[in-house]
Amino acid sequence: MSTPSETEHFVAPYDEGVTFDELPDAPPRQGYKPSITGWIGIAVVGFWLFIAVAGPFIAPMGENDLPFPDDYSEFQKPRVGAPLGTDVEDRDILTRIMYGAGRTIGISFVATSLAYLVGVILGIGAAVSSPRVDMILSRVNDAFLSLPTIMLGLVVVAAVGSSIPVLIATAGLIYATVVFRLARAIGMEIMVMDYVEAARARGEGTWWVITREIWPNARMPLITDFGLRMIYVILFISSLSFLGLGVQPPQADWGSMVRENLGTLQYGASILPVLAPALAIATLTVAINLIVDDVSAHGGGKLSKRM
Amino acid sequence: MALDKSHSDVVFQAKDLRISAFREDGAELPIVKGVDFKVRRGEVVALIGESGSGKTTISLSSLGYCKPGLEFSGGEAILLGNDVTKMTTDELRPSRGVNVAYLAQSAAATFNPSITINEQVTEAPVLHGTKTQAEANQKALALYRALELPDPENIGKRYPHQVSGGQLQRLMAAMALCGDPSLLVLDEPTTALDVTTQIEVLKAFKHVIKEEGAAAIYVTHDLAVVAQIADHIVVLYNGEVKEAGPTEIIINRPQHPYTKRLMAAIKPLPEPGQSDGNSDHMDDTPALEVYGVDAGYGKKSDGQPAVKVLRDINISIDKGRTVGIIGESGCGKSTLARVMAGLLPASSGETVLNGQTLPRALQQRSRDQLRQVQFVYQMADTALNPRQRIIDILSRPMEFYKQLNGKTKRAAVEELLGLVELPPQFAERYPHELSGGQKQRVNLARALAAKPDVVLCDEVTSALDTIVGANVIELLTRLQKETGVSFVFISHDLSTVASFADEIVVLYAGRVAEQGPTDQVLAPPYHPYTKLLIGSVPETRVGWLEEASQTREAKSGAAGAVQLAEVGCAFTKRCPIAIMGTCDRIDPPRRLDAQGHIIECHRELAEL
Repeated sequence: MSTPSETEHFVAPYDEGVTFDELPDAPPRQGYKPSITGWIGIAVVGFWLFIAVAGPFIAPMGENDLPFPDDYSEFQKPRVGAPLGTDVEDRDILTRIMYGAGRTIGISFVATSLAYLVGVILGIGAAVSSPRVDMILSRVNDAFLSLPTIMLGLVVVAAVGSSIPVLIATAGLIYATVVFRLARAIGMEIMVMDYVEAARARGEGTWWVITREIWPNARMPLITDFGLRMIYVILFISSLSFLGLGVQPPQADWGSMVRENLGTLQYGASILPVLAPALAIATLTVAINLIVDDVSAHGGGKLSKRM
Repeated sequence: MALDKSHSDVVFQAKDLRISAFREDGAELPIVKGVDFKVRRGEVVALIGESGSGKTTISLSSLGYCKPGLEFSGGEAILLGNDVTKMTTDELRPSRGVNVAYLAQSAAATFNPSITINEQVTEAPVLHGTKTQAEANQKALALYRALELPDPENIGKRYPHQVSGGQLQRLMAAMALCGDPSLLVLDEPTTALDVTTQIEVLKAFKHVIKEEGAAAIYVTHDLAVVAQIADHIVVLYNGEVKEAGPTEIIINRPQHPYTKRLMAAIKPLPEPGQSDGNSDHMDDTPALEVYGVDAGYGKKSDGQPAVKVLRDINISIDKGRTVGIIGESGCGKSTLARVMAGLLPASSGETVLNGQTLPRALQQRSRDQLRQVQFVYQMADTALNPRQRIIDILSRPMEFYKQLNGKTKRAAVEELLGLVELPPQFAERYPHELSGGQKQRVNLARALAAKPDVVLCDEVTSALDTIVGANVIELLTRLQKETGVSFVFISHDLSTVASFADEIVVLYAGRVAEQGPTDQVLAPPYHPYTKLLIGSVPETRVGWLEEASQTREAKSGAAGAVQLAEVGCAFTKRCPIAIMGTCDRIDPPRRLDAQGHIIECHRELAEL
């Protein structure tokens, strides 16, 4: 190919009769394929999900069994038969982590789902409603949002008494306020799109607009946020348990396990009984985070920007 | 790094430049396929082509930059003797803003809204240490003067939202030129502007490039603009150079069939005698009429809008015909369409459909009334739900208005796709799998699916390339012949409207300045505003810009922006023949001639 400014006029070779079609836009984005960090996250979360379901069946012993009755020679230390050591009551840590997995993950999952059910319905509802309804819902939500979550949780649980249904309802409703804000913001963003106005101009009802125009577009960012929100709920439930108001003994739960074993640390006992459940919480939350980051990076990072 | 700027007069050279996208599975997708061209000192080289031709990607290569997902895959991009494709970001940083500067399409998106203009204009040279703040300020002031900005001493103290769009575009040029770059890259800098604003911006760019002696790469799809500003033209298609040479040769004697096709897609100048001209009415009742419509935004206690955008609009659209509505941004043309569609209820006046008065608000209109008036949005990207397949988008209006049962759905959608010249297999696709022009066709097909009497087209070709836009206009003409639908065609582009509409309404600041059959509006007597608009449509002819900017209308009218006026004629400030004391105080009378041609002006028709 010759340089144009030297020959002054350059014409590319061509065939007569060749048509020039409209050039297509950028190639369509491909489906989500996890990166390496994404795969690590999926593997870790998959591992914990397996433990949560199968834990009680594959655990070496019962939740409150004592592996070494009347033997206090190696109190709390890891040894054959208790690879992660034993807790202050001399129960096997490994066994209790396996039992606790289902409880911690299960409670968090149900609570997050409840938060989403309430938050998304009210949030999208506020986005499509009249400014007056939106105003009322948003201000009430802001009032709840202004209360510190742990304090609010403590007050509710202390007043009503701790049980798993109360924990789920408390965590679910507290986190519904955050979900409300997100769902409303996403809904508002979609409401101003021309295709929503086109549907309204066609005469479509509110139900159609919500289910066919808004929800399919709000779904992905909300599902991605679900994972992230669940981390907060896990930490919230664990914090309540750590403070003694969460899952009640003798039932095992990762947060309460940390609290139970913290007391003997100062007497030079093994660090593993505290570290192991703490690590379980850490690995699960970090792994969920890895997946969420990976998915939202694929979607152009829009979600991470909104956070 | 210190570069010897004087060793050659070639500022930038692309040598067999190749840029590719790499997909996640490693497959290479070539975007730029071996491009050669040179930019000499003091020379403007235009890269032209439609979207997807790689023109922006090539222009960005001069900064050593590729958009995310793209990589340099071969060849060289030599800026002042250095191959920027092989330099790291750290090596490139000293050269950016000093050796090469980039002007993006949208000035509004380029300026930070919370920092004063001068601070942003002078940022690059001060940051790179090539000028002290005082020197940079001095340079900026000289540029403001050269770019003919109003109040050059103080404009830098303002914030971006305090100046008009055209001024901001010129300020962006000042920002780019402040560091005395050897090469200026301009990416569609006038595409988003009104024609009247485009003239002043082009003139300022041309003047300042000459004065500064900088070289420039000018990216655009508009040949008429290129003819005014470029010395050389490089025609691109699908990442390859199809033809390149001096502007005069490419414009007047194009050889490659693609260049010829580009030239053929240029709309003829708005002159009388373009529309098909059959002024015999098909039917006595007009399809859609508006009487004395006032509308605006916000609400005052007495039910009147806080900001009145439209005042006393009367338009009648006959069956099977097209009314074009033109005016600059802010004149109320989209608002008028929204009033007709019921999206914005009028504060007074009537909208009449087939002799039947329509309720003002959408919610009160019956399903059949909604069906009869359909709205087509400007941006197909936001008008089509990205999560719905084409078949769902197109079949919904048919189902909703009860014209379809489940069995015939597929066939009906395919027929509709055929009507807008798209293959039937597109039914299964999502909007993002189509090109811009194809999406606009689907957008149009959705309106037609309702079998409407009137289709309101809001700037439907404005976001499209010349060729694609011309195809859409062709399609609209054919659809009108086949279905007998009436169009209200809103555009700021007078040539498009002139080639297509039977009647034209010229809006200015929410009032009708002139209205009548196309041939009459485009022939004298003119409203002064119409004259300014006609004179501002760029001609694909070297030297047009200089002539156009010397006319009386351009001198007095180009600088202003549309401002609403409570009393008097809103155009007074930009009008070369305004009668002070009358025009700015009293509403202009409506002057009507025998052929139904209306001009609202204080001057007698004979004076216009």
